[in-house]
Amino acid sequence: MSEITIREALKIALNEAMEKDEKVFIMGEDIGEYGGAYAVTDGFLKKFGPKRIKDTPISEQAFVGAGIGAAVGGLRPVIELMSISFSLVAFDQIVNMAGNIRYMSGGQISVPMVIRAPTGAGVQLAATHSQSFETWLAEVPGIKVVCPSNSYDALGLMRSAINDNNPVIFAEPALLYGSKSNVPDEYFEVNLGDANVMKEGDDITIVSYGYGSKVLSDSAKKLEAIGVKPELIDLRSLNPIDYQTIIQSIQKTNRLVLVDTARKTGGIMAEISANINEKAGEWLDGPIVRVGSKDVPWPYNKSLEQEVLTDSNNILETIKISYGI
Amino acid sequence: MTSKQKIEKNKLSDDKYSKKSIKNLNSSNKKSLSTNEHLELFRKMYLIRQFENACGQNYANGNIRGFLHLYSGQEATGVGALSSLNDSDYIVTHYRDHGHALARGLDVNRSMAELFGKKTGLSKGKGGSMHLFDASKKFMGGHAIVGGQLPLAAGLALSQQYDNKDGITICFFGDGSTNQGIYHETLNLAAVWNLPILFFLENNMYGMGSSIERVRAGGLDFFPAMNTYEIPSMEVDGMDVLAVREATELAREKILKEKRPFFIESKTFRFVGHSYADGQKYRNQDEVIKWEQKDPIIIYPKKLIDMKITTNDEINDIKLEVDNVISDAVKFANESEEPSLNEIFDDIIAE
Repeated sequence: MSEITIREALKIALNEAMEKDEKVFIMGEDIGEYGGAYAVTDGFLKKFGPKRIKDTPISEQAFVGAGIGAAVGGLRPVIELMSISFSLVAFDQIVNMAGNIRYMSGGQISVPMVIRAPTGAGVQLAATHSQSFETWLAEVPGIKVVCPSNSYDALGLMRSAINDNNPVIFAEPALLYGSKSNVPDEYFEVNLGDANVMKEGDDITIVSYGYGSKVLSDSAKKLEAIGVKPELIDLRSLNPIDYQTIIQSIQKTNRLVLVDTARKTGGIMAEISANINEKAGEWLDGPIVRVGSKDVPWPYNKSLEQEVLTDSNNILETIKISYGI
Repeated sequence: MTSKQKIEKNKLSDDKYSKKSIKNLNSSNKKSLSTNEHLELFRKMYLIRQFENACGQNYANGNIRGFLHLYSGQEATGVGALSSLNDSDYIVTHYRDHGHALARGLDVNRSMAELFGKKTGLSKGKGGSMHLFDASKKFMGGHAIVGGQLPLAAGLALSQQYDNKDGITICFFGDGSTNQGIYHETLNLAAVWNLPILFFLENNMYGMGSSIERVRAGGLDFFPAMNTYEIPSMEVDGMDVLAVREATELAREKILKEKRPFFIESKTFRFVGHSYADGQKYRNQDEVIKWEQKDPIIIYPKKLIDMKITTNDEINDIKLEVDNVISDAVKFANESEEPSLNEIFDDIIAE
């Protein structure tokens, strides 16, 4: 067991995959000479050389598309986008090409590719660099979408993502690269599509993912202080969504709170709310409650940004009001 | 690379493969092919024309739906180019893809069945006219977002380079895609990474209903602009199957020898509308008639007969045989089963 950061966990997973399989290579903007905008691939160029650590032009459409082609041709590319906001530039390739090509070819073609991208607000990067488009990408049927909130999941999910034969969007919470937690020394993987019950409790089920899961841990303490025992679920995967784990939990708690640090409107939690209502509404004793960041472009100013971003107080207040606690 | 090397690289594309030298190719090559090879080129072009005619009829009677883009008129380009590739080469193309599919030798029955949306289709009826695939023949689609196929092709070429494979990727695209950012991005990426890719522009002079004159700055020729990317380029008469074949052969050799991309601009013309529903209000019929004088289905066999490479009877035998292949394909497609509704959720996620 050792305590490592999410950044270190990602480095371990990538390094391991590169050592194990010649077909794995990494490409992206400034991942080689520069070492990566968030330093995840620092030192990789020296170790693996320019054939496998490919610096790209600032040309997201072209190198994401080339990654898809390389995957179709039998390689296993790991592509770094400097921000998930930049996925917009490559959306046609990600959605129309990576997401649809298998279906359109009647299953003849697969795209074993990982796209890593920092996601989320909280580091004062303003409107264009703080968004959370993993929620949009989770709508595409041919693409898997995951997002870790701790080092164990970062390592286990990345191992699975690289081994997977489908395009996987690997959203990395920008606020959490330096966040530390324990990982075992033995090899393990985290299955893509399995949620994690972070903490068991009987009173309220609270679901989130990524940076939101970190916020849940803080709000749990505040809830316990007023005598409420929450069950916390970290989705880990936005496509597929582990409805079974959520439903099992609400069968016990009969209450569901959905927390997103992305903008509230049109996010993944709206989808989960509707689905739980359809699939398991009879288990609920009260309304499904959503907490999300405010529906504005992300502001630069620190106090404005913090006001927009979901925090543990928002969760606490919403629960108090909604359930009359 | 030093700046001196860069200058030499540029010179190569200027001098050696200019418009002039390639225009002379067609007369030099005619005797180097066997009679059978000549006849096979004709057969493929005629097969495509008749396939497209059958598609038109079956669109009119409702057997084929969605968008239908016919390749009629451009046969010499597709057949010329693909006849000079081999099994190790990848093919990526645009949504006007029937011609390339048949030129590559994809099964005629399964191609037609795909257009009919049947279970026996190449993509089990899930792709349709614009998305023909046969991975076993390295035919990687049929792509319907204009220009979207370019980086896919670059990536396939990257996989060939990575594995040190003896093959190239040919990427077809139309003049309509050249104003998309992805076109310029992919040219740049392929040049920077020295990818074994043949950019093959089918310049039929119209992006849907917009003539290139109306939408492009920089004139009617695209190949000279390749100097910007340090990609050697040439222009070829896209109505001359032998010229296209030789140009592609030469390009393939250069790509493998010099380990960098190449660009061919094939000047061609579609005799039909952009899609089946196109009334062609945007162009003068005189222009169409002028290009029809260059119809490879008529000109090429006539030349072969004139040069005593074949006879009228042999040509007629081929036509008869192909007509039967096409009517069999329509019959096959018609009689094939619809896909089962249970297949809706198949082929989304790979195991």
